[in-house]
This record gives sequence, C-alpha cells and structure tokens, in this order.
Amino acid sequence: MEKLKSLEALNRLRAEFQDKVSLRLDVGTTIAIGMGTCGIAAGAREVMHAILEELESRDVQAHVTTVGCVGMCEKEPLVEIHRADEPPVTYGNITPAKAPRLVDEHLVKGQTIEEWVVQR
Amino acid sequence: MAEIRRANVMVCRSTGCEASDAVGVFDAMREEIKRRGLDSEIDVVQTGCRGFCAMGPVMDIYPGGIFYCQVQPADVPEIVEETLIKGRVVERLTYKDTETGEPIPIYEDIPFYNKQVRNVLRFCGKVDPQNIDEYIALGGYSALGHALFGMTPEEIIEEVKASGLRGRGGGGFPTGRKWEATRDAPGDVKYVVANGDEGDPGAFMDRSLMEADPHSILEGMIIGAYAIGAHEGFIYVRDEYPLAVKNLRIAIQQAKDYGLLGENILDSGFDFDVKIVRGAGAFVCGESSALMQSLEGKVGEPRPKHFHATERGLWDRPTCLNNVKSWANIPLIISAGADWFTSMGTEGSKGTNTFCLVGKIQNPGLIEVPMGITLREIIYDIGGGIPDGREFKAVQTGGPSGGCIPSDLLDLQVDFDRLTEAGSMMGSGAMVIMDDRTCMVDVARYFLDFLKEESCGKCTPCREGIKSMLTILNRIAEGHGEMADLDALGALAITVQSGSLCGLGKTAPNPVLSTLRYFRDEYVAHIEDHTCPAGVCKALIEYYIDAELCTGCGLCSRKCPQEAISGEKKEAHTIDLDLCIKCGVCFDVCRFDAVGMR
Repeated sequence: MEKLKSLEALNRLRAEFQDKVSLRLDVGTTIAIGMGTCGIAAGAREVMHAILEELESRDVQAHVTTVGCVGMCEKEPLVEIHRADEPPVTYGNITPAKAPRLVDEHLVKGQTIEEWVVQR
Repeated sequence: MAEIRRANVMVCRSTGCEASDAVGVFDAMREEIKRRGLDSEIDVVQTGCRGFCAMGPVMDIYPGGIFYCQVQPADVPEIVEETLIKGRVVERLTYKDTETGEPIPIYEDIPFYNKQVRNVLRFCGKVDPQNIDEYIALGGYSALGHALFGMTPEEIIEEVKASGLRGRGGGGFPTGRKWEATRDAPGDVKYVVANGDEGDPGAFMDRSLMEADPHSILEGMIIGAYAIGAHEGFIYVRDEYPLAVKNLRIAIQQAKDYGLLGENILDSGFDFDVKIVRGAGAFVCGESSALMQSLEGKVGEPRPKHFHATERGLWDRPTCLNNVKSWANIPLIISAGADWFTSMGTEGSKGTNTFCLVGKIQNPGLIEVPMGITLREIIYDIGGGIPDGREFKAVQTGGPSGGCIPSDLLDLQVDFDRLTEAGSMMGSGAMVIMDDRTCMVDVARYFLDFLKEESCGKCTPCREGIKSMLTILNRIAEGHGEMADLDALGALAITVQSGSLCGLGKTAPNPVLSTLRYFRDEYVAHIEDHTCPAGVCKALIEYYIDAELCTGCGLCSRKCPQEAISGEKKEAHTIDLDLCIKCGVCFDVCRFDAVGMR
C-alpha cells in the first residue's frame, strides 16, 4: 500500500474502487441476460462476458444480472435492458459480436436498436 | 485497478452469524464459486452485522439485494446454481412474513428494515470491514478530507454543536460542548478516547459497529482529534469482543499504511495516532473515570469528579471520551451537515440511535431508528411483536441501570428526556422485552444481582446498599416479605443514588424504583398473598394436575427430570410435591392444559 500524500490521492483511490462496490448501490440501469438452459446453450454466458467487458472498457455503469428462461427460447440469447424511468426493452439473438453496438447505442447514446428488438 | 465483478455475495461474518456457522457458509460459497469457474465474475465478500441476528447466517446478493437467511453450507450449491447462474430466487431460503407467511426476497422490503433509518449502521453489511478500499470507495474518509482541508477546528466544533449530537453511550451529554471544553482546556497534550466497553446484558450495538464498520469510528476520532488538538487516541474495547479487536486492529493498520493515521495525515500537517487498549470486562470500566484509570493501567475504579475529564482526564491531561457510536456519527455530520442531522429526531434528541432488541420478541436484533419513534413502533412494527401469542408486559431500557416501562407507556417517544421522565434511561440502547410470564420482582432481583457483582466496592452506599436491597428482594421473592420492606427499598434506593460516586451506583436502584412505580401490585401480591402472578418465583408456586383434564398420556411423567409424576396409563396422574423442583417442564409439554400452577 502506498501512502496517500494528498486529498487528491485519496479521491483518486476512491474513484478507482468505486466501480467495484457500485453494484451494491442502485445505479439506475439493469441488463438482464436470459440464463435458462436454452440461453446457456445458445451462448448466453459468452454474451454476458462480452457485455461485461464492453461496460468496463466504455466505463458505463449498469448492473448485469442473470434471469431464467423468459419463454422465447428460439430467440435466445435474450438480453433485457432496463433503464430507470424507461420501459424495459428486450433484444433477441444477441451474440458477443453485438455487445459493443448494444452498449454504445442503447446505453451511451440512449437509442433503441429497433431491428434487434423482440419485445418492449 | 480494482477488478469488477458482475455480482457480490455478501456473507455476514459477525459474531452472531458465526455462531450459527457463517464461516462454513462463507468457505462453501468461495469453494463452490471457484469449482464452477465463476471466480472471475462473482465476488464473495465478508461483512459485519446487519442486525437481523435471529435469522443468521444471512447473506445478500448484489445487484438486486436478494436476501437469504438461516443459510447452511449445504444450501450453497443451490444458491449458486439458481440465483447466481440462472437468476432465480431460492424461495425456501427467503425471509417469510411473520403474519402472512409470504416470502420476501429483497432485503429492503422486510418489515424489520422498513421503519429503520440506518445512518451509523449504513455500511454494516455493505462493506468488508477488513478492506479499507471498500470503505473509501463508498465515500469513507471524505469527511476527514473535508474537515482537514475545508474547515477550521473551531468550525468543526460549531458544526458538531449545531447538530445537537448527544453522547450515544447513554449519558446524553452534548458532544460538541465536550469537544469545546477539551479544546479550551489548558495544556499541550490532549487525548481522545473511544469507549467500546459495552457491558449491559443484551447490548451488542457497539460490538456490531466495531466489527462491521471500524473505519467510521476511526474517521470520527481523527476529525475529533483535529478539532480538539489531540495527537493521540485510544480505543478501549473489552477483550470478550475478539472479532471487534481484530477488525479494529486491521483497520488501524490499513489507515496507517495509507497515511490516514500517523504523521502528516494527507499532507495536512496534522499528526494523530490511535492505540487499542483491551479491557478485562469489568462493567464499571464503562464509566468514564474508571475507564481512564484502567487505561492508565490502574485498578478500574471511578474517582471523584472534582474536575471534569475534559480538564484532567487520562494521565491528568484534558481528555475527550466519547462512545464509539458518537464517534461514528461524526463523519456523517461533517459530510451532510448539522442541518441534515437536526432534521431527524425530537426537540432535545437529534439524529438516530441504535438499539438492540432482545428478550421476548419475534425479531431480536440490532436496529437504528430516528429519535422520537415510539416504543410501540420499535417493538411491533420492527420487532414483529411478542412471540407465541403472549402479551407484552414491559420493556427494560438502558441496561441494568435503566428501568422497566409498562404497556400503557408504549406510545412513549424514545429520546433521552422522555425515557428519563419515565424513570428509565437511554443508556447504551439495549431493550429487553418482557412478556406476561416475566415476574417484575424477579427482574429487579436479576439486575441488582448483576450490579452487586459488578460494583467495584469503592463506596459503601453502592457496595452495601445494593446488597441490602437484594437481600430484601430475595426475601420478597421467597414469600417472607413484609409491606415495610417496600419503604425500606425506597429509602435504600435514595441512599445508594445520592451517596455513590459514579454512575453505576447512582443509577443502580433504577430497576427497583421503576418496577415499584409501575408494578407495585406484583410486589404486594408476593408479600400479602404469597403468590407470584407471573409464576416465576419458585418458592411461591406449585404445580398440580387437573384430574378432569388429564388423559393419562404419560408425556409429563416421561419428561419430568425428577420422576416426580406418577399414575397409571390412561388414568389421571399426580405430582409428588416433595420431589418437584418446579422446573415447569410438565406445564410446558402438556397438550391438554391439564397441568396448572397456583
């Protein structure tokens, strides 16, 4: 551990660790990934990892949670994005390759990607 | 860079949960997460007490805050599979509403937490107490930064005075005034001391705070030391709290490593260091002057208060002694301001206070509520009421030196002044709830017996007076009391109160006085009718079997430890009173209400 030699150093340390504990607080956005057997078979775990990486590299605050089968098994992997004060949007057939655009358009720019939507 | 995980499993590892195998649960969770290859996604975090001790071991899972109680190591694979992988709630492990039996999966939705305002306890259960980074990440030590770089010592003291914070150890002395007196006292060397010598039966809020959030106490002490002009501090903790000592020790080391303690804190030019001193567990050492004697390495006895500790305390230097909870309030007041603090509470008591609910209560545990909440709200809305359909009789507040408050005062607002008016006191914040099967003479006897043991013996009124009062109470409980005894108790109480040096003696008669004030009938019943209405005082009761109701099932005779019950199968049984030790097992086990008490 290095000594904190100024208030700025303390604030930097806080910023560094803030993300680690932020999931214990309400950050306003939840990304729920369908993780039933059907979802896992369709590659939901890989999708989740891709989204997690994308969130981290873009420094976007969102909670990633897993949910059971939502019923539309042929559209798995399903990803539901719920931003505070907005109705949730569910996207279908998401692949790891789609994660960057999902984070960029829906979470950063706030635009729904209409062609991927399966339910809203 | 801190690694970010998608989920945090927060496992309570405080003393309460550890007693019900939280360690096993924690280890099993780590093991299972690793076995499933999830350790890069999910973090398992140990936390301190979140108060719901009756339901331990408890854990919650973030994001979302799914709360599981009474978790055993064998439950862990199911939690990982269902909740952490598939996102489903394991219903059987959720908390169930006591009335409807409905599962309540989310932590904040449980009625136990609904009416609480958790300020001092805000990080309890939310951070790993052994990891300073988590405390800092959630805003910890920002109040210290603000105090050191944005406020003068005088401004800090003004802010604390304006907040109206009163000593949370129970005395209720205004904290800001104490700080000011210590700052104004002449002398270069001054000390700050945190009192963590919690000794009341049924009290565990100081322990929980020290275990769960030691940094908030440290941060408060550093701010206080800066305001007062002290460069050395002590935390006095009783040695029966090993986890509290351990977590405080780790916290101090980590704060030192970061330069938040020691020389030139954050390059502000201010030096401050803290040491832990372990007390041997004498109740009287919670009293300020006895605590300081013990800290100096002397016998823990109070000394006459010709001068205040703020002028001549530890080693005769100006000393500011506050309870650990008072210290933990300071970062909040500095960060959010006195106005925020005074927005909660009553005229004379601002902010929130922590209480321990114990005794005959559905949800025993640690709570934090705004000052001014009623006893009824605490006991029924948060505590869930009295178990087994029994009736509420009294609540004992303030520990052994507090008093018993009866049911017609249930709507009393809980603050320093109201409790004192009712003949009790705030004290440490222990609340012992009693139902209709509690004998008030016996309660007074229990607390006096505790105080007799704990009196240091220095002053005669306390040493001999408590003993004499106990002798009278024993006599009454055995059925040999006289009405004149009640007057004698009153007279002794006044002598002990006025003639004792310290708070222990001054408040020792409270349990007797308050039970006499509110439950005089019960004393009279013991003396004149030779009965114990609650059926507790063994000398005054006997058990019998109602031949009409007895089916001769033989259950009581099998359970009787004395083999005092006999009878033929399917015939009414009888109790041999010469053998009976009045343990009450037969009364408890009988399914036909055939065993009576008179």
